[in-house]
Formats: sequence, structure tokens, C-alpha cells
Amino acid sequence: MIVTRALGKSFGKRGVLRAIDLHIGRGRITGLVGPNGAGKTTLLKLVLGLARPDTGEVIVDGHRVGPAPAYRAAIGYMPQIARFPAHLTGRELLETLVALRGATVEPDLSLAEDFALGDALDRSLGTLSGGTRQKINAVLAFAFRPNTLLLDEPTAGLDPLASRILKDRMLTERVRGCTVLVTSHVLPELEELADDVVFLADGEAKWHGPVGQLKKHTGQPTLERAVAQLLAGGALLAVA
Amino acid sequence: MPPMMLLLLLQGPPLVVSPTGPYTSIGAAVTAAPPGAIIMVRAGRYREPTVTVDRPLTLQGQPGAILDGEGRRALLIVHADHVTVRGLEFTNTGTAYTEDRAALRVADAKDCHIVGNRFDATFFAIYLAAAEDCVVADNVIAGRPGREAATGNGVHLWSSRNIVVRGNRISGHRDGIYLEFTRHADVRDNVSEGNVRYGMHFMYSDSSAYTGNTFRANGSGVAVMYTRAVDMTGNNFISNRGAAAYGLLLKEIQDARLFANTFRGNTVGLLADGADRALVTSNRFEDNGWALRLLGSTVSAQFTGNTFRRNSFDVAVNGNGTSATFSGNWWDGYHGWDLDHDGVGDVPYHPVRLFSLLVERAEPVLLLQRSLFVKMLDAAERALPVLTPAGVSDSHPLMRAPDRGSR
Amino acid sequence: MTVALRLVRPALREAVRGRWLIGLAAALALAGDLLIRFGGGGDTTLVSLLDVALIVTPLAALVVGTMQVHNAREVTELLLAQPVTRGNLFAGLYLGTALPLAAALTIGLLAPFVWHGLLIGPLGLRLLALGGVTALLTLVGTALAFAIALRVDDRVRALGIALALWLGAAVLWDGVVLLLALLFGERAIEVPLLVALALNPLDLARVLLLLGTDAAALFGYTGAVVQHTMGTAAGHAALITALALWLALPLCFAAKTFNKKDF
Repeated sequence: MIVTRALGKSFGKRGVLRAIDLHIGRGRITGLVGPNGAGKTTLLKLVLGLARPDTGEVIVDGHRVGPAPAYRAAIGYMPQIARFPAHLTGRELLETLVALRGATVEPDLSLAEDFALGDALDRSLGTLSGGTRQKINAVLAFAFRPNTLLLDEPTAGLDPLASRILKDRMLTERVRGCTVLVTSHVLPELEELADDVVFLADGEAKWHGPVGQLKKHTGQPTLERAVAQLLAGGALLAVA
Repeated sequence: MPPMMLLLLLQGPPLVVSPTGPYTSIGAAVTAAPPGAIIMVRAGRYREPTVTVDRPLTLQGQPGAILDGEGRRALLIVHADHVTVRGLEFTNTGTAYTEDRAALRVADAKDCHIVGNRFDATFFAIYLAAAEDCVVADNVIAGRPGREAATGNGVHLWSSRNIVVRGNRISGHRDGIYLEFTRHADVRDNVSEGNVRYGMHFMYSDSSAYTGNTFRANGSGVAVMYTRAVDMTGNNFISNRGAAAYGLLLKEIQDARLFANTFRGNTVGLLADGADRALVTSNRFEDNGWALRLLGSTVSAQFTGNTFRRNSFDVAVNGNGTSATFSGNWWDGYHGWDLDHDGVGDVPYHPVRLFSLLVERAEPVLLLQRSLFVKMLDAAERALPVLTPAGVSDSHPLMRAPDRGSR
Repeated sequence: MTVALRLVRPALREAVRGRWLIGLAAALALAGDLLIRFGGGGDTTLVSLLDVALIVTPLAALVVGTMQVHNAREVTELLLAQPVTRGNLFAGLYLGTALPLAAALTIGLLAPFVWHGLLIGPLGLRLLALGGVTALLTLVGTALAFAIALRVDDRVRALGIALALWLGAAVLWDGVVLLLALLFGERAIEVPLLVALALNPLDLARVLLLLGTDAAALFGYTGAVVQHTMGTAAGHAALITALALWLALPLCFAAKTFNKKDF
């Protein structure tokens, strides 16, 4: 469960997020949508502590996000651009993460098996295709049995098969009680997955509620059309 | 007939000094000795009043024969001609600030031989005043290095003539060897090191020579002052470092000749402050801070056939140049060509660098030595010779080093 | 700290497999080998190599350090998402860059002396000093590079600043100091000059290394403060301390920046 209270963040003079209050529930998949530059990635980074909020706070499973790093043990994060050290292998990168977390953790590589990564885990990351790197990115995010998943454009660059495997895994994690927050530009895909939608624009959460309610509210048949309606219709604040 | 027997016939039997007699003190034996006698001193530590030798004789120490001043007195005064002191060990004169207390003093005497003795913790070790035709050879003189005022000189010659100082090892004194008002001294093959002030100090001692000596790690190497016609040949001036330290100082001297000496690792190799008509030939200057420093008043000195290698600065001049002339030396900093293959570079070499002039103006900028900026300054100087200070130049720089070594 | 050290191994692997690190070490070793072969392996060789060390080491550290911060940007984010403190991560990233580089430069400089059998001999102690100062200078340069690159996100601008810093420290600073010293040459410039040199880590390193070469004979000549600085163990300790400060201060600054930075 992720709670944000009056969360604000600006970079220089550009205000990115203003007083965001969200309550992202466990066992649900929440889609984070909005126009480019709306602050979707920034929100994920605030949850991770990669960026520090100017105002307000973030609480992840009861832990206030601050300098203490322990809460991140239960977070899996897929960054948007999977640019890894070119001469290391995926397995070495994974081993590095294991070492950082303390050697007692046994990583869960079931997703690598599902992807049938095979020896790709043992090849230099620089020699792999973008899709394969994205698969490894996903493997790393899911490897430590997270309670919270922060996925930034997770299916970007994946072929349909891999995309389906990843989505299935997200659904499994939801059932397990994971809090899943996912950004995507592919709204039909999100519609397939998401229970709730957060619509970010102009630094504010203009909509936060179940997908069905949004469609009903806008009178549109699909999430994509509903979001387009939101983008065109300007201010429309309705938090269910 | 063996020579010892011959001596016995000429001089009678030796008088023997030992802790158990016949004589138990050297003084008693001297008093009893006929002129020309030999006194044998057996092993033992002799603590007795200062011994005065007032007649010709030979004092022959055996190993372990030690004359001990107990920190309170001079040990032996020679006041007669034809005296030989050999094989004795002198120790513990103590220090005396009001007198030039010496372990062994020769005063107003001729034909003395001081050979193969040891001097340990003595204030002055060997002091010759108004002596003539004497030999000081093969002695080992080890002072207690301390403050300058607390130690005298190793071999001190004052107002003497025809003295040979040869093969001694001198350390830990104020000046290792000191000559003042002495004529025709021949200082040869000594090693003088670790002395507080000078390895050798040479004043008002015309027509003398020193040859084949090594002066190492003294306060400064050798100072030759106010003297005419000194020959300096084949000496080594090594590792004399420190503020105002140099291998050799020539101050107010005329007609000196320096031949085939080696100056290595000194802060300043040769410092000339008024060395008129000096001939400096075939010497080696290596690894010095400055090989040569010529102060203003050096008139008509000539430098020929010398080798300059790995010195931080080859030549520094002070004041408005110098009338020293350089010709036919080898400089490792010379990069000229020899298109006519006569062994001499086609363009003159200017051994005074721009940076060394800057150092003359503000000495601490030495700390910038070997910085990239100073290197660029040097490079600029090579590219634009106009930057190089005029004045000192070698008109015939050699293409090959004249000494044994190679570039 | 152990967490930080766990990042050094993958960083070393990455650097070694990237081959540029080995290339750098090999180039230095080749230069050294040629210097020994044609320079005789004595004092002159050592002094030439000292120049190489003083020019190449900081340049390499500054360039590699800034580029590394920017190249590792994404992987830094990934690592920051793990349950580790920023302090640990900073230490790991810094050590992961500085230690392999210091090792490569030091090994590259000293290796030819080892295979020419010169390490055991009269040069040995001075070679070790050269290695030590090279390593320290690498750490200093990398710390400065981190301080720059963490502040300046534009990689071209950061690299430009790093190169300007190198040029300033390697050349311009000494030029200005020389000029000022000559302008004020009549007065007591000894202490201000020493202070000015202490403000430049390259000057500190150079003076430290010069103490072991023929140029040390020169230092006897200058005044009492220089004498004391150059001639006593306490003076050497002061020089090394000043150089260590040049490591500590930029490193603290960089760590602080890293700690506050938004990724």
C-alpha cells in the first residue's frame, strides 16, 4: 500500500507535482497515466526515494520514505531505460543486487525461466537486444519477492509473447497481495490489467478511481477513449 | 742484518711503557729518554698529565695503547724537531672554549711525523702551529659531531711550511682540514666527511695543492679563500647539501687551477666569488642543483673541457654578467647540430636558463622546478632563443662528453 | 563499508572487460619500458616517468571520473532502488571507479621497473614513493571528478570543466604563482608560495616526488621554511596531509551532493 500526502516536487522553477494525495491499495494494479511530462516517473522516484519531495510525504506499507533504506527491500523497480553496464552479464548484475541486499537472499528466477532467457543471463548486457535487456530488467524487479512493484513502461520493447508473460506475472503478484503501480502509454494493455487508474496532469491527480467508474463517468467504452476525454476535457476532478 | 737490529744499534734499546712498567706513564718515559730514543707504548689506558715531548724521539704505540684526557686536558705537545708519533690512540680531550685544546699539538718544530694514529672524541685532533717539513698521514680522526662551537678542527695547520697531509680519514669536526697562513702544503688522498662546517678550509695559504681527496656530506665541501696559486686536482666534492652549501667555494683567490675534479650531488657544485684567472679544466659536474654559480667579480676565469650532466641548472650568474669564458665544454642540455663533423656544435650554447634567472630574482620559485609550466618555459626558450639571457655562452660546445661516461 | 566494497568487484570486472583500463596501463608500461631501455634506468628515467605520472594521472582520473558518473547514471538509479544507504552507494561507486584506475596507473608505471629488475635497488624506495603518490593523486582526481559530475548533469559541460581544472592545476596555476612571486620578489614570498603550492594538489604531488630526485639538492638552497618543509619528517607529513585533504574535501563535497541529489 502506497500513501502520498500533499506530495509536491519541483525541479528548479518547473513544478512537476503539486499536493498529490493518493491511496494506492494492496492487491490491486494501479495504472498511472497522463500526458508526457506529467510527473509519472517522478512519482515513482519519490516512492523509491530516488528523488526527495519538497512537500508532503510518501508512506509505503506503513514506512515513511526517508533516508532509511530498509523499506526498499520489499520494492521491485523496473526503470524506464534499461541501460546496464555493457560488460557485465545479467547474472552478475543480479549477483551484485543480491550482495547489496545481504547474501542470505535467494533470488527468485522463475520469471527468467518463463521468459526462457537461457544463457542470455550469462552474456554481456551490451551484446543483448533491447527486448532481452528489458526482460532482464523485469527479472531483476521481480527477483526479491516484492510487496510493492513500481513498473515504468514495463512492456516497452517486449515482443507480444514476452509481454503476455510479464502481464501474467503482474496478475499473479496482484493475487499474492502485491501493490502494483504501473505506467504505460499503451492504454488497451493497461485496461486489460488495471483495477484502478490515476490520471496525472498539470501536477495534479485529476482522477483516481476504478477503471470501470472512469469509463462510466466519461461515457466512453474504453480506457483509451476515457483518458482522451480527460485530456481534452480539462479540469475534471472526481476521486471515487 | 734485520733493520730493527740496526735501529737498536743506532738508538739504543726502546723504552717500554706499560701499565705494569718499566715505565707506567708516557711522561716518565719521555723524561728519561735520551735524544733519538724509541718509546714503545704497550696496550693500556694512560691517564696522565699532558705529555710534552721536548727532545727528538719516536713514540710507537702498540694496538690498544690509549692516551685518555678524561675530558679535561690536551694530551700531547711536541716541542722539538724530529719527533715521530705512530700508532697511538688519543681520546677524550673534552671541550675547551677558551683555548684551542688539541689532542696532539706540534709547535715550533721541524721534521715531525704523525702517522697511523687514532683520534676519538677530541676537540682539535692534530694542531700544527709554526711547523715545518712535517707529515700527517694515515690517521683516523673521528670527532663527536655536535654544535659547531663545540668541536674544533680535525687537522689544523697554522703558519706552517712544507706539510704533507695524506691518507687521513676525518669526520665529525668543525673543519676536517684547516689551513691558515701555510705555504707549500700538499693535501692528498684524504677523506673528509660529515664535518660540521667545511670538509677543508683553506685561507691565506699560497702555493699549496690538494689532490685526490674526497669531501663528502660536510656542511659545505671546501672553502678556498684569500689565496694565490692553489692547485686542485682529482678531488671529489660530493653531496654537500643545504642552505648556502656548495662543493667548493673560491673566494678572493687568484690563479687557481682546477683539473679533473668531480662535483656530484651538491646544492651548488662550484661557487666562485672572486676567482680571478682561474683555470677550470676537465672537471665533471653531475647531479648538482647548480653546477656553477659565478658571482659578479670573477675576472677572466676560463672553463674548458668540463662535463655538465644532469644538473638542475648548469650556470647561474649574479649581477651584470661575468667575464668568465666558456669554450669546448660538454653540456647535456645542448641540442645543436654538428654539420661539419668537427666534434663541435655549430651554434653556441647558452647555459643560463631563463628560469634560473627568475630564481635569482625570487629564490623560493625554485619550488616550481620541473612543473609543466617551467618545462613549457624551457621549450619556449628553445624555440625562441631571444628569451635566453645573453651573457654566458660556450662558443664551442662539444658534441661528445670528454670524460669516460656517456650521455 | 562492506556494502560499498561489494560494488568494487563488478566495477572492476566492467572496467577490465571494457579493456580501456588495461589499454591505459599497457600504454604507460610501454612508455616506461622505452624510457628504461633508452634512458638507462637511472635517475633520468625516473624523473621522466615522474613527469608522465604527474601529467597523465590527474588527467586520466578527471576524465574517467566524470565520464563514469554519467555513464553509470542508470545503473546508479537501479542500485538506489535497492535497500542500501546513499552513503554506502556513493562509497561503492567512488571506490569502484577510483581503485581500479589507481591500480591500473600504478601498475602501468611500476611494471617496467619490475621486469627490468630495478625495484630492488637504489631506486626501489623512490619508485614506491612514485607509486604511492600516483595512487593518491588518482584518488584525488577521481574525487574532484565526482564532485564536478554530480553537480553538472550535462556530460559535455562536466567534461569541459574537468579538463579546464586539469589545465589550470597543471599549467596555469604555476604560471600565475611564478608571475606573482616575481612581482613581489623583494618581499618574503616563501610562506605565501608554499601556501599557493599547497592549494594545488599537482604541486603538492610534484614537490613530494621531487624530494627523492636530484632536484632535492636544490631545495637546500631556499629559505628556512622551505628547508623545514622539505627536510624533515614533519614537513613530509604536512605535505602528505595537505594532499590527503585534497582527497577528503572534494570527496565530502561529492558525497554531500550525491546524498541530496534527485535522480
